[in-house]
Amino acid sequence: MSILKSLMGVSLAAVMATTAHAENIAITGGTAFTDGGKGKVENATVLIADGKVVSVTAGGDVPGGYRTVDAKGKWVTTGFMVSSTQLGLGEIELSGDLDDARADKAQHTIGLDPINGFNPDTTLIPITRIEGVTRAVVHLTGGKDMWMGQGMVIDLGDEADQINRDPAFIGLNVTAWGARSGGGSRPAMWDAIYSKLDAADPRGKKADKKDEKAKKDVDALALERLFAHKESLLVAANRKADILKVIGLKERYGFDVILIGGDEAWRVADKLAAAKVPVVLNPMENLPDSFDDLAATGTNAARLTKAGVTVAFVGPDTHNARNVVQAAGNAVAMGMSWADAVDALTVNPAKIFGIDKSYGTLTKGKDADVVVWDGDPLEVMSSPDALFIKGEQVALKSRQTELRDRYIKLVRSPEYRRPK
Amino acid sequence: MRTTNNRGRRLLAGLAVAALGLSVAACQPSEKQGAHVSINRDPFPSTYTPLPSKATLITNVTLLDGKGGEIDGASILLDGGKIKAFGKDVTAPDGADVIDGKGRWVTPGIIDVHSHLGVYPSPGVRSMSDGNEVGDPVTADVWAEHSVWPQDAGFIRAMAGGVTSLEILPGSANLFGGRSVVLKNVPGRTVQDMKFPGAPYGLKMACGENPKRVYGEGKNSPAHRPSTLMGDVAGYRQAWADAQAYQRKWDKYERDYAAGKDVLPPKRDLKLDTLAGVLRGDIRVQMHCYRADEMAVMMDVMKEFHYKIAAFHHATEAYKIADKLKENGVCAAMWADWWGFKMEAYDSIRENIPFVAKAGACAMIHSDDPYGIQRLNQEVAKTLADGNKVGLGITKAEAWEWLSLNPAKALGIDKETGTIEVGKDADVVLWSGDPFSVYTKADKTFVDGALVWDRHDKAHQPIVDFELGQPGEGDVK
Repeated sequence: MSILKSLMGVSLAAVMATTAHAENIAITGGTAFTDGGKGKVENATVLIADGKVVSVTAGGDVPGGYRTVDAKGKWVTTGFMVSSTQLGLGEIELSGDLDDARADKAQHTIGLDPINGFNPDTTLIPITRIEGVTRAVVHLTGGKDMWMGQGMVIDLGDEADQINRDPAFIGLNVTAWGARSGGGSRPAMWDAIYSKLDAADPRGKKADKKDEKAKKDVDALALERLFAHKESLLVAANRKADILKVIGLKERYGFDVILIGGDEAWRVADKLAAAKVPVVLNPMENLPDSFDDLAATGTNAARLTKAGVTVAFVGPDTHNARNVVQAAGNAVAMGMSWADAVDALTVNPAKIFGIDKSYGTLTKGKDADVVVWDGDPLEVMSSPDALFIKGEQVALKSRQTELRDRYIKLVRSPEYRRPK
Repeated sequence: MRTTNNRGRRLLAGLAVAALGLSVAACQPSEKQGAHVSINRDPFPSTYTPLPSKATLITNVTLLDGKGGEIDGASILLDGGKIKAFGKDVTAPDGADVIDGKGRWVTPGIIDVHSHLGVYPSPGVRSMSDGNEVGDPVTADVWAEHSVWPQDAGFIRAMAGGVTSLEILPGSANLFGGRSVVLKNVPGRTVQDMKFPGAPYGLKMACGENPKRVYGEGKNSPAHRPSTLMGDVAGYRQAWADAQAYQRKWDKYERDYAAGKDVLPPKRDLKLDTLAGVLRGDIRVQMHCYRADEMAVMMDVMKEFHYKIAAFHHATEAYKIADKLKENGVCAAMWADWWGFKMEAYDSIRENIPFVAKAGACAMIHSDDPYGIQRLNQEVAKTLADGNKVGLGITKAEAWEWLSLNPAKALGIDKETGTIEVGKDADVVLWSGDPFSVYTKADKTFVDGALVWDRHDKAHQPIVDFELGQPGEGDVK
């Protein structure tokens, strides 16, 4: 009986959690940016209904049936996107929770699906989103060889429909690290990569018969989707010579390629722009960490953008994926325009990872990922005052804010009560 | 350390002889004594000399003095390597450089109490990984300065971030990781050229998961201790007990020698030399420790063996015991927001530093990272904003104590540096604007009055040997 009761309780709670509130909301009086870092609207009225943006107008009226959120003196942007994380794939990597991003002993290496390791209950999601990050790329990191498995795109809202795209891409690491595990050297690794891709390349070959298709393993099926432009190849490289080979992959096979890392990408910015290869990078990388990135510089993002390359940002690691916003601010300090830096947190990754139909701008019909900031969002002293993901207001609470509230006043022995 | 000889004899290298005028005066030798032996406590002396400097007056700035004060429209005069004057009315001596600082800010130089620059340098290749002497949980005999590679480009990046002094520590694999070294952040051919003159040594110790993982995990043999937290604590206590016994032997030797006896000194033990230095109060304990409960235990161990912990480093749960830190006079060096990479870092909160400061304890930022050290001002800005958002009401001027004065106190160099006060070392930074903004950069960094970094002048942007002839040499970083 009690088991049945608790089961019922769980299912009721689950239903409540998965029902979108579909509340009509008007955010008024703030300075809004409707198109990434552009499309500035002063004294904006942002209308949200059915989880979508209805309109953003200067001084627009609030129709009946809308709850008003006052944003006077505040900044209003699209929720930001961090373009590489392992969110939900492990709570504590070191001697703690299982690291579900790894695949050291996997049978396959290309077609592994992150969804099978994803835990939407991770505390990292609330901790990340309350700093204004509402979308994330989540991918495996591999470990057996240079192939990393696949990646997906999620939102940090309601778990019922938070997987935006899966699989979105195949990961491949052609840095020295990838070469070490994938054959022992770059020539050995590239030989293996070309062999695999040549075999999967459907061009000039007869279409598979039905029964042949059924026999294909997950690696072959993933590569099939890659050649069919249903997913991209996300390739990690930092050294200029390696980056040129990444551009070469796109030229040779015609599929969509995204460069990640790219510490020396600025040295071949024109070539990346011409080949339309976007770059996902951390703008704080400015040390010669290894013989792969001797020319790393904080001006990388600014130089790439100037050359016409589409750029998106990552934070320092998954637990601090939220610091992608600080990283963007630092890109501005190193010469990128503010608007371009905000684009690299919104419209650019939306395009790169194929969710731009539903996310990236505050325009009619887009998912209402909206953040009301107490100041310039890229400033380190600013933080969100209100947060909406797909039109649903999300409380600015996390395990960390609960600890904060418990210990803000020190007492002899804290009352271990549930916080109000 | 004194190295004279009461009998005018020279001794073997590595040993030195100290004048014991007291003992000679007080005692009549009753037997023929061997040479008195004492330990040279400074065998790798600093060869630091300030770089050439010119009298420099910076005018019209917002000045944070580093101890809670802010002066708008201030000027500051650096002369002879020292802060000569500051305030509203300061005039330049003849021939001084005058910099118009309109719209800009001046602060004390940033001091990072927790860096591994040089011991885990860039490039981070295996052959340069010199920060952890793994193999024994007690390696109080190793000295970080013997691993510091002065050609780490990280030092230069840190200059560009306004860091003027820093403590280089061994890693945290061991219960006792070894001695730290405090450096002035200037280019040097040798580590001795960078050593902060007169700065006391530190001893790196580590609580918690790291030592027990390094020694315990997967190795179920009695040789592989510690494997638990109680094993960690047993390890510290036994080592301190050994150090007490060692110190007693040396004390007895000194007593006997003073009494005129022909006695042999105890055999030197490099580990116990360092631990005894802590018990004497010469060496400051810098202790890696995350959890509140572990810090409380360590403060009891500290009292049991009568030594002093200068600061807990990392201290992600310091906010839970800020009152006890204050009571015991132990500082906490923290990050703004690092968390979750280990269980012991799971309860980190973004308001840690302001909570500890508000409780009246000695709080500071630290980096532990070659990237974090480049923007410690931003890290403080983040944590200050978070603290103030829950109502703490701390000013920027007060928060600067977390960047320079409190680190200087933890390192024992606060008489020389850490604040803007007349007579102190001219370790100051001219910022392009408000240093609590992400868009602000250090325009000029001065160490002992010498311009070591200038954002607008390539002549003052050092390039380490490693970067010469490589792609990116001399680029904007």
